[in-house]
Amino acid sequence: MASLDDLKKRIASVKSTQKITKAMKMVAAAKLRRAQESAEKGRPYSEKMNNVILNLSNGISDKENAPKLLSGTGQEKTYLCVVMTSDRGLCGGFNSNIIKKAKSYFAKILDEGKELKIITVGSKGNDQLKRVYGDKIIENISFKESKNANYFDADKVGKMVIEKFEAGEFDVCTIFYNQFKNVITQIPQAQQIIPLNNEEEESSSEESYEFEPDEDEILSNLLPKNISTQIFKAMLENSASEQGSRMSAMDNATRNAGEMVDKLTIEYNRSRQAAITKELIEIISGAESL
Amino acid sequence: MSEEFKVEIVNPEKSFLVKDDVSEVVVPAFEGEMGILKDHISIISFLKPGIIKILSKSGDENYYVEDGIVEFKNNNLSILTSTIFNLADMDKSKQQDLLKQAEEEANKTDINDQSKYLADQKVEVLKTLN
Repeated sequence: MASLDDLKKRIASVKSTQKITKAMKMVAAAKLRRAQESAEKGRPYSEKMNNVILNLSNGISDKENAPKLLSGTGQEKTYLCVVMTSDRGLCGGFNSNIIKKAKSYFAKILDEGKELKIITVGSKGNDQLKRVYGDKIIENISFKESKNANYFDADKVGKMVIEKFEAGEFDVCTIFYNQFKNVITQIPQAQQIIPLNNEEEESSSEESYEFEPDEDEILSNLLPKNISTQIFKAMLENSASEQGSRMSAMDNATRNAGEMVDKLTIEYNRSRQAAITKELIEIISGAESL
Repeated sequence: MSEEFKVEIVNPEKSFLVKDDVSEVVVPAFEGEMGILKDHISIISFLKPGIIKILSKSGDENYYVEDGIVEFKNNNLSILTSTIFNLADMDKSKQQDLLKQAEEEANKTDINDQSKYLADQKVEVLKTLN
């Protein structure tokens, strides 16, 4: 059995860990509120954008010559995966959930004999993926300096993706992120952004639009923007998810630390009592033998 | 019948402005300024740098935008933009900053014609503000 001194030290150390996790939980909760708010505020933009594009692509007359970003390159040889993770750890299963989702997707692609390229956003994802897929990672971006997800960062990623697409470096692009459902549940998502997945049902409104300038030109301007928007949406969802995940992870950690302190305290008291009893026995038996 | 319709401006961060007593909106569309009144035909167009004028009962408002998309449908005008400023909140130094940025961009030599055109537009619009 550990000595009384050791137990005392352990109790103190668990207690200070508990303080840290408790503080982290509070910080995460405060950040969560903000992140959740901006995720919700950001939704109208991406929804509207989607709507407009849906209306446009329905109205487009010449499907054959549709912009490549919409219809794809016509082949599916090279896959680009943008894996979005956090820059910080201690957030429960947040990062590993995305990585798990992404890895199973990677395995599928490689099984089919297709080429895989990876862009990681956020350093945690890079750390976890570079061991297995190190040679596949073509770019690693991290926004450690930016406090909150902002559109300009997303635009940077979006522009890079488009540049690579126009250079013919890949045919299909998928982004991986966690969708924020609530504090306890975040759903890892794989969303294909190039070519645009138009499997949603055709919008019922058959109303025709007037376009100025013509459809093609609007589309070719809109699609790159849509990609940045989708990435931005992913970033917002991700940051809300990260905080939520961290909050519940830290909550658990705080509770576990509390349980541990209780257990250790009982053990400490028992051993203290045992030591006293032992001393008493020694004294009494010493006195009796006189 | 009232001659008013609803306008909504959203940027990526939030819903920037919602107004439902608007009588006319003038947007800097790509092929020239465009005034939109109630019962305009459904239209999708995109914006170049310029000023959005919103005329309504509760007063007129002016916004500076750098890009965006407008969609008008069923008397709902949606404007999606990534960069927007209310002119009333914009002071001289902010204007100068934007102007400087735009000028730098316009003077770059390695950009394509379209971005060059857009940057020139920005400079022009910002200059008229001063």
